[in-house]
Amino acid sequence: MKNSTKIRTIHTIMLVILLLLGITMIMPFLWTLSSSFKLKRSIMGFPIEWIPSNPTVKNYVKLWTDYPFLTYYLNTIKVTLIVVVLQTAFSSMGAYAFARLEFPGRNLIFFLYLSTMMVPWHAIMIPQFLIVSGLKLYDSHTAIILLQLFSAFSTFMMRTAMMNVPAELSESARIDGAREMTIMGKIILPSCKPTLATLTVFTFNFMWNDYLGPMIYLNSDRNKTIQLGLASLRSAYSAEYGLIMAGTMCALIPMIIIYLAAQQYLIKGITFTGVKA
Amino acid sequence: MPVKKISATRRRQYMTGYLFLLPNFICFLTFVFVPIIMGLVISFTDYNGFNKFNFVGISNYVRMFADEYFRISFKNNLIYTAATVPATVILALLLAAALNSGMKGAGLLRTLYFFPTISSMVAVGIVWSMLFNPSKGPINGVLTALGVQETPNWIASSSTALLSVMIVAVWKQVGYYMVILLSGMQVIPKSLYESAELDGANTVQRFFHVTIPLLSSTLFMVIIMLIINSFQVFDLIAIMTEGGPGASTNVLVYRIYQEGFNYLRFGFASAEAYFLFLVILLITLIQFIGQKKWVTYLD
Repeated sequence: MKNSTKIRTIHTIMLVILLLLGITMIMPFLWTLSSSFKLKRSIMGFPIEWIPSNPTVKNYVKLWTDYPFLTYYLNTIKVTLIVVVLQTAFSSMGAYAFARLEFPGRNLIFFLYLSTMMVPWHAIMIPQFLIVSGLKLYDSHTAIILLQLFSAFSTFMMRTAMMNVPAELSESARIDGAREMTIMGKIILPSCKPTLATLTVFTFNFMWNDYLGPMIYLNSDRNKTIQLGLASLRSAYSAEYGLIMAGTMCALIPMIIIYLAAQQYLIKGITFTGVKA
Repeated sequence: MPVKKISATRRRQYMTGYLFLLPNFICFLTFVFVPIIMGLVISFTDYNGFNKFNFVGISNYVRMFADEYFRISFKNNLIYTAATVPATVILALLLAAALNSGMKGAGLLRTLYFFPTISSMVAVGIVWSMLFNPSKGPINGVLTALGVQETPNWIASSSTALLSVMIVAVWKQVGYYMVILLSGMQVIPKSLYESAELDGANTVQRFFHVTIPLLSSTLFMVIIMLIINSFQVFDLIAIMTEGGPGASTNVLVYRIYQEGFNYLRFGFASAEAYFLFLVILLITLIQFIGQKKWVTYLD
């Protein structure tokens, strides 16, 4: 039938467009991967040699031995893990107070959080900097960590999750005389595991990829995180294409692994940002 | 009437509440609330980190609007918003609609489209800067192979630099918004499509008469998020062009960064920062009003 042929043609055209777009999305990564195994002179140029004829791991070796890449890596892992743990803990406790406890001023504080949420971080980066340097924390990891401990997003997301836990679960424990900390830790949090996983992945993603924060607060090489380190590597050795590509790969890999392993949680978090208002 | 005494249990209950909230609240106060107030105060001073600061009234704001660089940055930002927001929305919408049609391989494609989203701006900026290399980069390589005589200089030329950055920005963010739109589409009841089909609506008609109206709340949200984020573009600019060539890619946040952290004009930079805040506040207000007016809800 004519109509169904037309539909099939439309579908085929759509599929081709989608595939082409998909290739556009992935091509720069494949190019980076392939270039990272090449020597400098064979990287640029066209047609692209997708599979290097003389693959070399020299770039990676140089990166990890001659440059402080290991330090950048360890620094990033350190601040990322500390922030993931503390931000989740603080947000969960705050969310528990909002969702399950009663005290005067609760709604006022909640409203305050809500109304400051629209203030863009970039609009307060200068006073934040003045406070942090006033505390003599410039060029320290503590600065990076402290600034990330409060997250309105995490608090709201945990609050939503906790409000969905049936009240009967905690009420019976409360009647039995359990302390709030125990109720939260043993009953509420285990029911919020998917949200906790989402927050972990989200915060990890943010911390691992953060550039502006480290750019403002970190100065010495021994303190730099991966993105800042990569950017300084690029400005110092802009002609060392292979080295930069290897560095870029190393900066990308942890996030790619986490993405492939925990895709569903990341997507859940993004969906939450889309419905929050 | 006698004042009712709060019982000891009640008081202990309140205490528990405050204690749970305390760590969260202290961080909020120190690093969000106080800076918001401080920023406003500093924007009325000539503070530069060293001097005892003087209150200078609104002169920072007056100077700001007269400042050529600020005006260029704001203009660039408006162009960036006007171009990247529609481009991202349309692409994300098409991708989401295609993935929602239940075709084979949708999962794999979704994974591919999402790759740029999880990558750091630094990595993306570095790689695209090399791809855009005017003489040796693969993009101009392809164009030359296709027979283009005068290939663009991309980020090296002030006439194409902003366009180059915008291409990368759309490429980077489209997957993120696609995911949000896709989740919005997935809650539209299948029965609506079926009855539209019975009424003789084709794929395109169903998209415009079923999907779009029922997606309006998500779509609206996505557009607002995109506009707000477009006013905060920084990393890509910092990595790819540093605002140049000339001031051709300078934008608001990059401007605030330069004034504040390169020239240490904290007062002036704070005025610019508050301007950014007001722009976003305005968009948020439009969001509040618009949500009631233009959005169709499912129920």
